Amino acid sequence: MAEQKNSYYTQGLSVPETPAPGEEPAFWKQTHVVGKRLPRVDAYERVSGAAVYPSDITLPNMIYGAVLRCPHPHANVTKVDVSRAKKMPGVRAVITGQTPEAKKLKWKYNDYSGPLFDTHCRFEGEAVAAVAADTHFQAWDAVRAIDVAYEVLPFVADHNKALSDDAPDIHDSGNLVGTDEYERGDVARGFDAADVVLEQEYHTQSELHTPMELHGCVAGWDKDRLTLWESTQGVYAVQSEIAEILNLPLSKVRVIGHYMGGGFGSKLKPGKYTVLAALLARQSGRPVKLILTREETYLCTGNRPASTMHLKAGVKKDGTLTACDFTCTGPSGAYPAGGTALVDWQIRDLYACDNVRCASKDVYINAGPARPFRAPGHPQASWALEQMMDDLADKIGMDPVALRLKNIPEISQGRNQPYTTTGLKQCIEKGAEQFGWKKAVERAKAHNQTDTHIKRGVGMGACVWFVGGGGPPSTVIIKLFRDGSVNLNMGASDIGTGTKTVMAMVAAEELGVAPEVIQIEHADTETTQYATPSGGSKTVPTESPTVRNAAIAVKRQLLEMASEDLNVPASDLDYEGAQIISRNDKNKRIKVTDVSRLKKRGVVVGVGYRGPNPPKKSVNPFAAQFCELAVNTKTGEMQILRFLSANDSGRVLDRLTYDNQVFGGIVMGIGFGMTEFRQLDARQTGRLCNRNWHDYKLPTALDVPVDMESLPIEIDDPEANNTGTKGLGEPVTIPTAAAIANALFMATGIRFTRAPVNPIEMRRHLTAKKEG
Amino acid sequence: MQTIDITLTVNDQQQTLPVKSNDTLLEVIRDYLDLTGSKEGCGEGVCGSCTVLLDGHPVRACLTLALEADGCAVTTVEGLADEDTLSPLQQSFIDHGAVQCGFCTPGMLISAKALLDENPSPDRQKLRQALSGNICRCTGYAKIVDAVAHAARPESGCPDCHTKDSGGDHD
Repeated sequence: MAEQKNSYYTQGLSVPETPAPGEEPAFWKQTHVVGKRLPRVDAYERVSGAAVYPSDITLPNMIYGAVLRCPHPHANVTKVDVSRAKKMPGVRAVITGQTPEAKKLKWKYNDYSGPLFDTHCRFEGEAVAAVAADTHFQAWDAVRAIDVAYEVLPFVADHNKALSDDAPDIHDSGNLVGTDEYERGDVARGFDAADVVLEQEYHTQSELHTPMELHGCVAGWDKDRLTLWESTQGVYAVQSEIAEILNLPLSKVRVIGHYMGGGFGSKLKPGKYTVLAALLARQSGRPVKLILTREETYLCTGNRPASTMHLKAGVKKDGTLTACDFTCTGPSGAYPAGGTALVDWQIRDLYACDNVRCASKDVYINAGPARPFRAPGHPQASWALEQMMDDLADKIGMDPVALRLKNIPEISQGRNQPYTTTGLKQCIEKGAEQFGWKKAVERAKAHNQTDTHIKRGVGMGACVWFVGGGGPPSTVIIKLFRDGSVNLNMGASDIGTGTKTVMAMVAAEELGVAPEVIQIEHADTETTQYATPSGGSKTVPTESPTVRNAAIAVKRQLLEMASEDLNVPASDLDYEGAQIISRNDKNKRIKVTDVSRLKKRGVVVGVGYRGPNPPKKSVNPFAAQFCELAVNTKTGEMQILRFLSANDSGRVLDRLTYDNQVFGGIVMGIGFGMTEFRQLDARQTGRLCNRNWHDYKLPTALDVPVDMESLPIEIDDPEANNTGTKGLGEPVTIPTAAAIANALFMATGIRFTRAPVNPIEMRRHLTAKKEG
Repeated sequence: MQTIDITLTVNDQQQTLPVKSNDTLLEVIRDYLDLTGSKEGCGEGVCGSCTVLLDGHPVRACLTLALEADGCAVTTVEGLADEDTLSPLQQSFIDHGAVQCGFCTPGMLISAKALLDENPSPDRQKLRQALSGNICRCTGYAKIVDAVAHAARPESGCPDCHTKDSGGDHD
């Protein structure tokens, strides 16, 4: 690509045909830029230290905010006396529930709405007051000087006890958030038809997002206009929520989020801290920086809820699944927050089964509310379903891969409509082939026959992700300057996934320009276009077709302009590399950069909108993952030797950022399966025990497989959208933990139904097994 | 609070700064000198996002008092490039896709530089050990290890690299 670097409009590159006005663009057949490994367009900023994240912002006159948080899991605030704090050096604003501008404000959790400062604190970490001072030391000193009295209440921190009679009511309505039920076919008849029926209880732990950049923002007012520099996955989502809470016109809330240090679902919306920063800034008349401490983020910026699941499944000797009966209880936390959201989707949709029943119960506990976390609900049920599949396979003497291939559904059973495409079969089949599944199984089994305390195992799991097709709304603007260089303007955040890079490639492909001449402006509600938050694995399938539409809008206008120069109707014109040429008379041609009206006007502006998804079809990505590991049965240590992820996410736009998602997803799944758990002191204090990265263990560079492989399964999906893309960021982490559990079973003969399996758990089980 | 003058040579520039006794080196770098490349991920010495070189040794700037650094040379991520020409290590991070959200990247780069300064051709296990004090939540580390391995031995290409199956235009 080096030769393109200095030329604007590329010579000789074929440019996709421009559809006539009103017509949809044709599916790209051969691509020139898309599909390559393109390093990030903003990589220079990210490796040089030049990228400015919200937590790097310093404004003139800026002061620092800090929040007083309830130290009890359940308490009534009976007194908040700020008189001493207000007099402390440097203090410029103090806000409590009694502050007039805060008193009237509401804070929402799903359908629940309560006061911004609720005197009834239902979780450790609930905000009680906030302070802003000249330095952050002064702010924290003032927080400590606030005199608060609490009436400490009984708590419940275990979701399995939340509905028991002796559990205290967290809300007046009780501790049940809601239930969800689903049924198809006749489960009882399904079990009657089975040759083998198994049932098992499974548990998964609460997992915390812990992105590298702390949650927080800088808030500043220009009279009646609020500007927020927020570490967020969606600037427009922050804008709309803050405007609603503060009763401001959307136009008076500007949210900027150019760089952000990770979110994984926990930064899809503003935090209460965002509102507090805005109020402190208004009261003090100064910009306020309010970045939470790491400990605070552990308490109150969301989690993947724990789960207690029960799964009963039946299978015929030939491998046909006859019935699945699934129940799950999971905690929203102290407020409605999707404690069991999407938890049964794998059961409903992944494998063909006529008779399925699912029931889930979402309950309140005295702990921080959940937030969506990379594939909400999915890794939980995958932990149950994929282990059950292996147990069923074992009982009927069938290979686990073969059992799954036997049960590939033809349609989305959960939605009762066809998928646009499904690569589930190919992911399993080609993944197993590339992994060398059969040989690996034989090798591990032979190895385990030898007299060694190091045992080996291989395991797999597959998945479907609930959505991942993206969809409207989204608007993108592309400006093509008179020298052929391009400005791409979109509202979407690049949360580290490579959104900017991928969109530059799409624009480059459609316009025939080098990605290097595309400058991207993004994630600012004042200067860029409307976009929904980057989450749900929908950013690529939402934004890339929109970018393509914007590029086509540019091309159509250029053809109209060139028709004046060439005296040929626009419908007779098309692109040939950097030139516009008459289809009927090849002599009639003009370089794009010579088009008179472009030269005169200086710029062509193309607006693209995201069109609708295909009606009555489901757009979903699929994956299958395979792993091989070793267990030291003397010490309980485990080493993952290799991992392979086969992903059907439609067309690969940038193979480099694609593989990033795959490897990152696998490692996050390893964390879920082996190292991470939120530990509440459920019996005594109800407080969080592990509130830092020392006690809450993330995988490090030493814990990840030496050998990881990404295998894209590219299936043309012109129906999904005009770039043929589906989401990737979430399916890459869904079946990881279950694949590990299945490999651990082969290595040890122990079925680990409780996640995570760390060396202590492993050792405990090995000892129990030995003692019989 | 009383201030005390300290002398620091930050990215080859010597300067004298008045600091408070409770100022950390990270606060001095970020808030006094506006070098915001070094990040604060935890403020308690666990994540490594604030790693800088102090007289050539990697330290957690969030746990180092500014006073302790008096008379020392400090290298931050901003000191790795020669003007706007990136160091081979930084370039390797770009080429290998070792950067995602980028928040851990400055600390990773500094830890990697510290290793390579001491041991120009570490094996991959050494490399993993050297980076194991730096947390990354996005990448799964694979490409970071690749990037550092390649920077250490650019002449050997990427035989063990996770991008070896590319068929694309890598290397």
